[in-house]
Amino acid sequence: MSTLQLHDVSMAYLTKRDAMLALESISLTVEDGEFISILGPSGCGKTTLLSIIAGLLSPTSGHVTIGNKESKHAKANIGYMLQQDYLFPWRSIEDNITLGQKIRGTFSQTTKIEALKWLEQLGLADKKDLYPNQLSGGMRQRVALVRMLATNPTLMLLDEPFSALDYQTKLKLEDLVFQTLKSENKTAILVTHDIGEAIAMSDRVVLLSPRPGHIHRIFELPSEIATSLPFEARQHVHYNDQFQIIWKEMESLATTS
Amino acid sequence: MQQQVETEHRKYLSSLKRENRRVLAVQLSILVSFFSFWELAARKHWVDPLLFSMPSRIWDLLITRIGDGSIFTHASVTLFETLLGFMLGTGIGTLLAAVLWWSRFISKVLDPYLVVLNSMPKVALGPILIVGLGPGFTSIIAMGALISVVITTMVVFTAFREVDHNYLKVMNTFGATKHQTFKYVIFPATLPTIISTLKVNVGLAWVGVIVGEFLVSKKGLGYLIIYGFQVFNFTLVLMSLLIIAILATVMYKIVEILEKQMLKRF
Repeated sequence: MSTLQLHDVSMAYLTKRDAMLALESISLTVEDGEFISILGPSGCGKTTLLSIIAGLLSPTSGHVTIGNKESKHAKANIGYMLQQDYLFPWRSIEDNITLGQKIRGTFSQTTKIEALKWLEQLGLADKKDLYPNQLSGGMRQRVALVRMLATNPTLMLLDEPFSALDYQTKLKLEDLVFQTLKSENKTAILVTHDIGEAIAMSDRVVLLSPRPGHIHRIFELPSEIATSLPFEARQHVHYNDQFQIIWKEMESLATTS
Repeated sequence: MQQQVETEHRKYLSSLKRENRRVLAVQLSILVSFFSFWELAARKHWVDPLLFSMPSRIWDLLITRIGDGSIFTHASVTLFETLLGFMLGTGIGTLLAAVLWWSRFISKVLDPYLVVLNSMPKVALGPILIVGLGPGFTSIIAMGALISVVITTMVVFTAFREVDHNYLKVMNTFGATKHQTFKYVIFPATLPTIISTLKVNVGLAWVGVIVGEFLVSKKGLGYLIIYGFQVFNFTLVLMSLLIIAILATVMYKIVEILEKQMLKRF
């Protein structure tokens, strides 16, 4: 059973001045447990696509199904990670990670313990009573990951979650996220403009063309790269070849548009 | 090296302390010389003591008034009215802002009315309030509240709308209802703004209440001022003014401490 299907999704933004086509007939199937990256130049509608999948926006035409349900009705199964952690500064770490459960009405002693277990697994057990401003950027993004995992989503949407971190933290966090999601067999979609990150983390890379965004090409990554940890994938002998292929493809997009 | 750093640190701390002491010394000497000069000027008849009174007379009057307890009655009436007006103004203003946030349509409809109400001098409504609510402390409290309610609504509503959209996105991905979004994000995120309007509203509530007491009252510091003015007892006027200054400052300081306590996390 495939987790996520996009059927001919198009999206137009309406403003007073004009109507702009942001996405054009995107069809894509993501299998259970698969990790895919959506890669593209800025302004190609990557985040819009993610918002549509999350059910935050309704597409102008086409539809999205998760399992057998329309994405709008399946909100409970989606976790969304943003570019920055957006932890709530007035809530303690524990209150932050259980917030999703409270909102969904699934909060109980058991789910709270589950959330705290996640926190422990990401090495932040001793931070649960602190407040976000007492944590470093990398720690905060890890807490944001726990907040998302605590609602036990089947589909994870990652909107450039590493882009605001310094390089070292970013590499470490990539490994951590990869390991965590793989061990739980979660389906994940990562939006990024970083070719290296896309190759290192995913099974497939979807390249979007700019304005209006449509699928330009899908790259199937060799399984040795797809299954190894992002940090090791970056050292792999074929990593550079893949990088070159995708780089050239992106360049050609930039020159034709 | 460590030793040297420590001595430097000690030096730095003591220089900070010295500066603080200097500031305090100058502040005190301004206060003392102001009152001494006032006393001197009145005694030497450089200014008319009938109009400007003098500190010693004010002090004597204060002692008598404290002795017969009448000053406490007046001060507590005014303080009560101000506190209530201030809390009502802030509370109702925040509530209205929440309504505007809830419905984009209502906020668009009410926008021009808010602008008009905000530009209007609220104390001009005094006579209407007195006619409507009766010549008692209800209208005075209403005045204290009315003067701050519109500006609170506008400021807090703007703050509600300016909450980072990504926080709202986080809430939306959890499928939060509007009520949950307000409770978990909008309200706590804007608490700093709401508290800072408290600071402004303390001052405004005093204006409303004193003007209210000018218009209609038998008790209160505003009443003492207008009474003292009518019987040409400026010692009484100035004493009331000084009490108002002290009470208003204390109230402001309390709000400031409250603010510090509540905003530790921001």
